[in-house]
Amino acid sequence: MTELNYLTANYTLRSWFFTTDHKRIAILYFASLTLFFFIGGAGATAMRIELATPQADLVSDDIYNRLFTMHGIIMVWFFLIPSIPNTLGNFIAPLMIGARDLAFPRLNLLSWYIFMLGGSVTLFAILAGGIDTGWTFYTPFSTLYSNSYVMVAAAGVFIAGFSSILTGLNFIVTIHRLRAPGLTWYRLPLFLWSLYATSVILVLATPVLAITLVLIAVERCFGVGFFDPRIGGDPLLFQHLFWFYSHPAVYIMILPGMGVINELISCFSRKQVFGYKFVAWASLAIAALGFLVWGHHMFVTGQSLVASLVFSFMSFVVAVPSAIKVFNWTATLHKGSLRFDAPMLYALAFIGLFTIGGLTGLFLACLAFDVHATDTYFVVAHFHYIMVGGMVTAYFGGLHYWWPKITGRLYSEYWARTAAVLIFFGFNLTFFPQFILGAEGMPRRYHVYPPEFQLWNVLSSGGATILAAAYLLPLFYLGYSVFFGARASANPWDAPGLEWQTSSPPPEHNFDIQPVVTRAPYQYSRNFEAEPQNA
Amino acid sequence: MTQHRPSLPLVVAWLGLMGLLALTVATAYVPLGAVNAIIAIGIGIIKATLVAAIFMELRSRDALTLVFAGAGLFWLGILLWLGLMDFLTRA
Ligand code: HEM
Ligand SMILES: [Cu+2]
Repeated sequence: MTELNYLTANYTLRSWFFTTDHKRIAILYFASLTLFFFIGGAGATAMRIELATPQADLVSDDIYNRLFTMHGIIMVWFFLIPSIPNTLGNFIAPLMIGARDLAFPRLNLLSWYIFMLGGSVTLFAILAGGIDTGWTFYTPFSTLYSNSYVMVAAAGVFIAGFSSILTGLNFIVTIHRLRAPGLTWYRLPLFLWSLYATSVILVLATPVLAITLVLIAVERCFGVGFFDPRIGGDPLLFQHLFWFYSHPAVYIMILPGMGVINELISCFSRKQVFGYKFVAWASLAIAALGFLVWGHHMFVTGQSLVASLVFSFMSFVVAVPSAIKVFNWTATLHKGSLRFDAPMLYALAFIGLFTIGGLTGLFLACLAFDVHATDTYFVVAHFHYIMVGGMVTAYFGGLHYWWPKITGRLYSEYWARTAAVLIFFGFNLTFFPQFILGAEGMPRRYHVYPPEFQLWNVLSSGGATILAAAYLLPLFYLGYSVFFGARASANPWDAPGLEWQTSSPPPEHNFDIQPVVTRAPYQYSRNFEAEPQNA
Repeated sequence: MTQHRPSLPLVVAWLGLMGLLALTVATAYVPLGAVNAIIAIGIGIIKATLVAAIFMELRSRDALTLVFAGAGLFWLGILLWLGLMDFLTRA
């Protein structure tokens, strides 16, 4: 009570908007991302309502195109990519390595402003009339035909890209330079290995996206032929460039999630992560191999068969390190003393959902099957299993795990578990039917469909309703906990990580005395010390 | 870091870049078939090396920085290699 912490140190607005404290910046990101998540979610809800019936009874085709584009752009660029790195990573990473802050605190604040600028520009494009190109901005639609606010939206994404690059840079330098004495690479929590791998992708891939968006602008505005064959361009060039960024970007969207899962699984089975070094290097392997597979998004575009074969093969290879992780999590659970607190429920959900998403990725990596499944709901189901079932679930898991550290409060365990179970159930009901729809041939991005597809669509829309309600729940019990929750101790999960060795919430400068590390990570006592105190 | 006059190597490198640019433009007008592309790419590599070594000051950086700069180049190589592989093997 008497000790000042980062939240109570200063109350002015100025102290928030000009803060260089990584913890406060994390909170700024958290607030903005929550907003974007619900804006994107509103788009999804509208689409699922429209799709409950075969006819177009809610929106016109034109509006539907704008809806899925808005949903995709917001969710991918303004929620999934920054989600875990910029909120949990920003908050926890410096604490985990025993540092006072990130290496470049002002750059960190600047990243947030750049992100908000990009977000505002994109939101403006959406409000001013919307974009109908899909989140991928495929040419020639984006360069020749679409009359909507493509350029404005692309500018917003372009700007947000700089935020990504700066954040990646900040994490790389921080992890290299600011580790506490004794914290060698192999003593680093696996969350940081995955953040590191993610940052490498952010720094190396994002510039390609930025360049691609500039090329669209130049072709659209000045008629320079990059993509249009009539003026000397190559229509496939756009997709090569776009997916060279966007396939690695899907790993930006999943690696941090995998990192969080390591922390959760080991804590709630009271064991060291099985095969620590394999899991650590698997993150880097995924980051590296992820750059070699982009062509699997282009199997049906008319790229050469040789290219398709190489990309197909590499896609199978990249699944190996992902599989290593899944096996090692399972082995960590084996004979652990498991406890099913809310974060653990999210972690278990993640393992199941990510596995389904990954395996169906292998289906898609098979040339013959992909020709059948491209642009059907099968693909939609695949990437939602990974990105929503995987990343969003991990994000919620991490949020619940570190919530006592971030806010200093405990939430209602009962409601948290209820939400976790509802999310798992609602998620599967929403997206599993889409595999069947896709296999039966329902194309994606259509808002009317033959009546025989209605049954699965109704199930999916029903699931989406449950899912939406389940995603709203934490807003209430977490919000409630901030004001009325019981106070959390410094280490409510009885965990060994450095972040638990400072008070909850941490003081402004994180640690009163510089911690020194003498042990490998995840040295859990075999059982929880005591039943943790829950509200 | 508080230099006001550009140092000599910078000026020389800049002049070199301009010279190479002129050379690129000039050779583009000489019809040599496939050799045109090779010359253009060759000049491009020299220019990139100049920028990296002198303007980015990679000449005098520690190993870690070089690793990251090299990684960027390596990834660019992958993009060009796999992208070109598609182009060169199209039916
Ligand atoms: C386990 C390894 C994975 C493999 C082998 C794989 C394979 C594939 C393939 C072949 C496609 C192209 C389908 C098509 O367009 O016809 C695809 C699409 C997609 N994948 Fe994966 N994937 C994997 C993991 C992931 C991960 C981790 C994510 C995200 C976190 C992800 C997100 C996506 C997205 C967003 C698309 C759809 C792109 C679009 O068409 O708009 N995938 N995946
Ligand atoms: Cu991909």
